Order: sequence, then C-alpha cells, then structure tokens
Amino acid sequence: MSTTMKQTWIILGATSSMARAFARKQAAEGAAVLLAGRDMDDLNLLAEDCRLRGARLAEALAFDARHPDGFEALIARMDAEEGVLNAAVFVGSMPPQADIDADPALIDGTVTDSFTGPARFLQLLAPKMEARGGGTVVGVGSVAGDRGRLGNYVYGAAKAGFHTYLSGLRNRLTRAGGHVVTVKPGFVDTSMTWGLPGMFLVASPEKVADDIARAVRKRRNVIYTPFFWRFIMLIIIHVPEMIFKKMKI
Amino acid sequence: MIWKDTTYRGWGRALTAKGALARPERQAALTSLLAEGLLPAIGNRRSYGDAALNSDGRAIDMTRLDRFLSFDADTGLLEVEAGAMIGDIAARFAPLGWLPAVMPGTGFATVGGCIAQDVHGKNHHHMGSFCQHVISIRIRTHKGVQEAGPEKNAELFRATAGGLGQTGVILSARLRLIPCKGDVMVVTERRIEGWEDFLAHLDRSEATYTVGWIDATATGASLGRGILEEGETGAGLVPKRVKYRKVPFEAPHFALSAPIVRAFNQLYYRRVPVSGRTLVKPISDFFFPLDKIHDWNRLYGKRGFHQFQCVVPIASAPALRDMMEKISTSGLASPLAVLKRMGPGRAGHLSFPMEGYTLAVDFPNRAEARELIGRLEALTAAAGGRLYFAKDGLAGPDSMAAMYPELADWRKQVKKADPEGRLATDMVRRLRLRDVA
Repeated sequence: MSTTMKQTWIILGATSSMARAFARKQAAEGAAVLLAGRDMDDLNLLAEDCRLRGARLAEALAFDARHPDGFEALIARMDAEEGVLNAAVFVGSMPPQADIDADPALIDGTVTDSFTGPARFLQLLAPKMEARGGGTVVGVGSVAGDRGRLGNYVYGAAKAGFHTYLSGLRNRLTRAGGHVVTVKPGFVDTSMTWGLPGMFLVASPEKVADDIARAVRKRRNVIYTPFFWRFIMLIIIHVPEMIFKKMKI
Repeated sequence: MIWKDTTYRGWGRALTAKGALARPERQAALTSLLAEGLLPAIGNRRSYGDAALNSDGRAIDMTRLDRFLSFDADTGLLEVEAGAMIGDIAARFAPLGWLPAVMPGTGFATVGGCIAQDVHGKNHHHMGSFCQHVISIRIRTHKGVQEAGPEKNAELFRATAGGLGQTGVILSARLRLIPCKGDVMVVTERRIEGWEDFLAHLDRSEATYTVGWIDATATGASLGRGILEEGETGAGLVPKRVKYRKVPFEAPHFALSAPIVRAFNQLYYRRVPVSGRTLVKPISDFFFPLDKIHDWNRLYGKRGFHQFQCVVPIASAPALRDMMEKISTSGLASPLAVLKRMGPGRAGHLSFPMEGYTLAVDFPNRAEARELIGRLEALTAAAGGRLYFAKDGLAGPDSMAAMYPELADWRKQVKKADPEGRLATDMVRRLRLRDVA
C-alpha cells in the first residue's frame, strides 16, 4: 500500500476502547476516519478528538450491526472519498453464557453483532475495494474463536465464523491487490473485561492498536495480540478433545 | 462489570486502599454512575500518598475520559476531558508550537489531577500554578453540572483549584496553552558546589524553566551541592525515544541503601563537567525525566516510599538548610531530590505554592525515614511553610490550619458542593481537612 495515497478508514464499533486507540493512530497519520457506531454523542466527541490529533477528516456515522438497511449509506459515504478505502471491524457482543442458557434467542443477536452483521457490511464494501485495487480490512476476532469452551462458546462460535469469513475475504481481495488482517486479541483492558475474575497478562488497548497498525503495514494475515497468545492458543488447540471436554478453562 | 473490587495504591506504594473502582469510557456511563450520588474521581494516581485513595469505598477512575474537545489555533485555548494526560497534550501540541503553560514532573498526570492539586512546574517563578491557566471547568457538584472559572462561580473555582477533588467530579477543562518554539529543549546543566551557591543561582536564574537536582547525601562543605538545569524550548531535530523501559519487578530493599545512593549521586554529579554543558533533548526528557522508565516506583521495593516536599518563605531559607542538613546526615535519602525557587502564584484556597524555596526528597518507607519526615514536617510548620498534598502520606492534622490559612473558606465551599461528604478520601480523613475546626 502506498503511503502517499490518501487513506480513509471506516471504523465499525468505534466507541470501544480498542477502536478508539486504533482511530487515534490513524488520525495521527493524517487519515480520514469515519467513526461508526451507536452512541452518536460519544462518536461526535471522538470525531473532534481525532481531528485535533491530526485526522484529515473525522466524522461520526450511525452503524448498528443488526440494521443492515443503513449499510449502503455508509458505503456511499466511503466511496465519496478519494484514495484507498480501508475498514476496521471492532464490533461484537458477549452476553454471559448463563443469560444465553436462560434465553437462547440471545444467540441471534450475538452472532449478528460478532459475525453476520459486519460480514454483510464487508460484503458490500469488497467490490468498491476491488474496483480501486487495494485497501485493507482489519477484522477483530477473538482467541475465544479458536476453540469452543464452557464460558463463552456462543460468542466463540460467532467469532470462529468471522475468522473463516475473513480468511475467505482475504483470498478474494488479495487477487485485487487488497488485504485482510485477522486480529485475535487475548485479554485486553477494556470495559468488557473490567472487573472480571481470572484476567491475566492483560494488554492495554494502545498496545493492541500498535500491534494492529504494524500488522497492516506489514500485511500480516493473522495476528495474535499480544503475540504470546499465539503460543497459549497453540497449546489449547492441541489438547485432545477427550481431555479438553472435561477441562474448565 | 461496572465495579471492580481491587487494591490500589498511591504512587509511593506505601499507602494502599481496598475498594471498588469504576472506569467509565463514555460520558453517558459517567453520568449514570453519578446519578446515584457523587463519588470521588481519581486519575492516574501520580499523587504519592493517599490523595487518590478511598478505602472501603468507591471511586471513579477517569483515565478513559481523555479526549481533546476543542482547540483554537489562534488563541491556544484547548478544551479536554478531565482524564487527558499532560504528556499526551504536550506530545500533540508542542510540534504545533503550543505547550501547557504549567507541566508537573510527570506527563502521566491527568488534567483533572493537575487541577485537584493545583500543580506547579519548572517555570513556577514566571508562570505560577496550573490553575492560573485554567479558563474554566465543567464540574459535577451536588447541584448538578456547573461551570466555574476565575470569574464565573469564582468561589467554587477557588475551592476546586488544589481542592483535592472535594467539590465534585471535574468533567472537562479549558486550558490556555502558551506558545513554544518547538518540541525540543535546549538545556544548560552546571555543577553547584554547595547550599548557599545553590540558592544564589536559583535566585539569579533568568531561564524560562529552572530546576535543581540536589545531592541529598552530601554533607559538610558539600552540603547542598547539585546540578542546576535551565531550559528553553527550541525547534530542531533530535532522535525521538523509540522504546520505554519497564521495571519488571520490585527491587530488593538494599538497592537504595546509603552506600549505593552515595555512590550513585557521586557519579550523577560528576557526569556534568566542571565547566557545565548545554544539551538538546526531546521536550519530554526534560519535563518528564522519569516517565521513560515505566513503573519506576518499583525500584523502592515492596514497602514503597514516601516523598517529603515542603515550601518555605524566602526568609526561612536558613530553616530549609537545617532540614537539608538533617536529611543529608541521616543517610536515608534516595537519589531523587529537587530544589526549586517558587513564585507567589497560586489559584485556590488549598494551593501549595508560596513565594520561597521548595525542597522534595524521596525516602524508602522505613521507620527511621517516617520518623525523620515527622521532624521535617514540624520544622516546616515552624518555618511558616507548608507541605504538598500531592506528596504527603504521613502528616497529622494539627498543623494544617496554620499551613493552609484559607482552610475555613475552603471548607465552606466544599460543604455547599458536597453537603453529604461523599467525596472524602483517605487523605481528607487523615488530615481532617473537612471536619469543622
């Protein structure tokens, strides 16, 4: 990707702390950042923050993974910008497994937020990227998607689906000069993990954003952040199922 | 989860609180937290003692509400959320030619924290204290969200500047930045051979930024020797720091024993040639010299440390020399010791500064050191000086009214802003700042 080309990033789920850190990094590089999410008051504050940190342009846009009717307008807004179009997906939801057990209908929302919603958005964006012959998609998945386990297997299943989708999208966009980075964060110090028991080796959102930015620059395919989660998950993936099914981790 | 049950500490790591912390990431989350009543707000906990601790209670960690809200490139007026860090502001705006008018010794301090302690910097003798450059704040008091500044709601502002967070939760602030030439510093360092020489140099210094490192282990003829640093902003190119270092574990307590500190100080002093020298460095290296070593407070081991900082009037310089002598002969001091000249600038009832000299020395948290700090506290009171709430973790309540003569005025405002006493912290309870005298 040429660094002299004008970059435009749409950031889905921009109110999350990881997304905020990533948006600020792109802003500091002078990119245009389109901040998409549901809390418009918060997004407007972030947009001004990004402008003051050097963004060529920063705008708050309404995005709800469960309302795909609004996606076309976002794509059109992106298409109005010159240069390279990029997208970073930070959306997802993880209701406690106990809540899902009590109300299985929650599965639909979880899968929509964490997988099918963003996938439908990216499906609309892909032709635009192909037409311009480049751009990068960052898809934030989760280590929870590497293996289903007691505590969050619905969320994990949704993220596993998203990982597979991203892998296919990478296959597609590569042919047109584009790229897809799959990001699998471990424990990150966000409002989602605040106060949860059993957290260890927790990374700051800024650290994760740095790792993602480096992966974009180097056109990495799949990254774990922080990096050592690759080894933790390597072990977890290789525990034989007959043992894993009895474990509580 | 909203509340995290945790154990947290002041920067000195000697004082600890057990309690529940919330860390809102959006204004809406903060509003809903405060809907049930006021709660003490804390920042990056760079106060050394217990100013940011609320044992057995709740507090709000403001560090994720850290956005820049507006900036006027003609006037240098910057509005930020209270959790924005000074170092972050400096890093962004210095290359554009603007700096916070006053910066404390760490860039990790939040704007809310800088207001609550009315902090000072290496330019206090020219520019006064932090809150003298605050145009206005938005603060959530018992009555709701209020705007306050030196003109509007001036009484609330005077109680909030240096007011230890007792008037409400500061939401945002408008700061006046000052023009700077660029993001590098031209720094002149010279050796100072002894105490009298040091005071004379500090009095004479005409530099924009002036600070003295003092060898708190030197005795006899070298008592009060050190290095005077004078800085001016400049434009130019210096290598940017690539990586921060981290202190990965707590050091054993002998790491800062007397012989090691003496040897370190000797080397640190001699590092500057007899003729002095002028260096060019990144702005952050001059203002926030310790920030490049994350968690440096772990160097004091698991017992932590205390910092003693006082200011005394110019006429009490001999009393300060007496304190310096007690510190040097005790063999308890660490390498971190600073001497500065202060001007009269202060913005709030409980602001620390007064025209005079300020001395700051770190001590490992040991019984002998705590006892020495107690004696220094008494000497400070006798000299007509005062202790700094951002540093203190040991003082008793008795000398507070004498050190802070506007304490009664402050209490009156605090009572209006927080009638139920919900904002009290460990420090406020220890020093009985809010009890009616």
